[in-house]
Amino acid sequence: MVGPCAAFCLLVVLFAPWIGSTGVTWRNVLAGVSPDREIFFVARLPRVLFGALVGGALAMAGVLFQAILRNSLADPFTLGVSAGSSLGAFIAIWLGLEMVIWGIPVVSIAAFIGAFLTIALVFFIARTAGVVPTFTLILAGVTLNFIFFAVMMFIHYAANFSQGYLMTRWTMGALDTADMRTVLGAAPFVIGCLAGLMWIAGQLNPLSAGEEWAASRGVDVRRVKKLSYFIGSILTGAVTAFSGPIGFVGLIVPHTVRLVAGPDHRVLIPASFFIGSAFLVLCDTAARTLFAPTEIPVGVITALLGGPFFIALLKRKRGDLW
Amino acid sequence: MSCIFHLNNLVFGYTSTPVLRNISTEITAGEFVALVGPNGAGKSTLLKVLAGLVRGYSGSVEFSGKSLSRWNSRELARRIAFVPQETHMVFPFTAGEIVMMGRLPHRAGAVFDNPRDAEWAGEAMALTDTAALASKVFNHLSGGERQRVVLASALAQDPQVLLLDEPTVYLDLKHQMQFYDIVERLNAERGMTIISVTHDVNLAARYARRMMAMRAGSFIADGPPGEVLTPQHLYDIFEITAAVFQRPDGRGSYIIPTA
Repeated sequence: MVGPCAAFCLLVVLFAPWIGSTGVTWRNVLAGVSPDREIFFVARLPRVLFGALVGGALAMAGVLFQAILRNSLADPFTLGVSAGSSLGAFIAIWLGLEMVIWGIPVVSIAAFIGAFLTIALVFFIARTAGVVPTFTLILAGVTLNFIFFAVMMFIHYAANFSQGYLMTRWTMGALDTADMRTVLGAAPFVIGCLAGLMWIAGQLNPLSAGEEWAASRGVDVRRVKKLSYFIGSILTGAVTAFSGPIGFVGLIVPHTVRLVAGPDHRVLIPASFFIGSAFLVLCDTAARTLFAPTEIPVGVITALLGGPFFIALLKRKRGDLW
Repeated sequence: MSCIFHLNNLVFGYTSTPVLRNISTEITAGEFVALVGPNGAGKSTLLKVLAGLVRGYSGSVEFSGKSLSRWNSRELARRIAFVPQETHMVFPFTAGEIVMMGRLPHRAGAVFDNPRDAEWAGEAMALTDTAALASKVFNHLSGGERQRVVLASALAQDPQVLLLDEPTVYLDLKHQMQFYDIVERLNAERGMTIISVTHDVNLAARYARRMMAMRAGSFIADGPPGEVLTPQHLYDIFEITAAVFQRPDGRGSYIIPTA
């Protein structure tokens, strides 16, 4: 199952850079003729590669959160992690921190910290209850979303016009700011997390069935959960830091892959990575071309696809929600 | 026969009120023990302590001569298996995948199953008559089928001890018997130690050879079912008046509550 997914992903990544508002030919690109060469290598290829990394990371984060919270509706968006990340970015924009450190914009670093702290906060709220019921965590996420959005609205209101524009743009989520440095910066995180997740994938299976179930099969539940939250926040933080919140990829992709490949995490995780990559690249290709030469933020497309999908899931799950 | 569990002054509570009060006992390898008692007596909690699922108790619990808290969780899972009252899966795992999860403690470090694991799982499924269910989605199975699949998953762990927490409470009479017949065979043929929590004293008397009765976190009777099931004990345990009879098949006694 993983093989075909990888092949599909490769196909999408290979074809997407050729599509766009301006036609390029492979002869010109390979011969280095301007502007085809620049359009392909500078504008499109990094963006497609970054889209693949972001999509794969968000899909894996979704799988992970769903497994440890045992709820197929959990994703970085519903847990409030994306909002926490945005709040970090808002604060940085508001404070006018426009500098770049080692090629990474401070706004991105702030977003990363925001994601990380939110995960810690969700974990802390759940821990004070002693045991960790699923609904507590989900409710915590929803509540955090409300709080973060309130603070973000306040900051947005207090900010000047150009900062306000940057903030609005950030919340829509976009991949167009990516260059090769962004790609090379994010890739080790994402690939490292994929490897880490494959290592614990066998233990995520019993954990997704229940903590007692996992513990009586020799899983060190606390350790695996901590590791999972850590990996989940790196995945969400590292990509949201550059792309802004792109919602519902972590919901649509794992759910669809599970329907075809089943719930075994040893297959689900790599398959979701590849399908998530392909999905976001396709969405971004649509965002680039649908209203060309105007581009729409890819976050708008994933939200328009993911929102109804989420509602359909809710409706189907009615009755056994918790 | 060697002592497999040794409990000394075990005290435990989820809050400041203790659920288990000063429990001391020994359980020998190969025993078939039924833990009986009213709701809230602490039976399931005691079972979870033995399974290593509950920590933070005081007193000592030794398994195979070593303090339970010093056992590594994977090592423990190779020796002790636990079957809960009811199992619900959030995700659509098949029965075969559920059974395979039982091989996890034997698959140290490896991500994927090896053929030996599949052999073990196959044997566990044959023993519980669940081989035909292997490719079916667990949540679509009937209650009886589900409990047998969970039992198969526990057997795939190749345990010395099988801990059962009211495993048949949601099953009809036929499936209750079917379940305990399998457990009885494991006890008789493989010498597997069985400790089963149950409300059903008649079922317990039919299968177990030792009955431990709990009330309010302590043992109030312990011995062969025939000795534990007396009208006086039944009043002390359950606050009921009951008549005790001998089973016509000679397999111990059974009770009928009268008031």
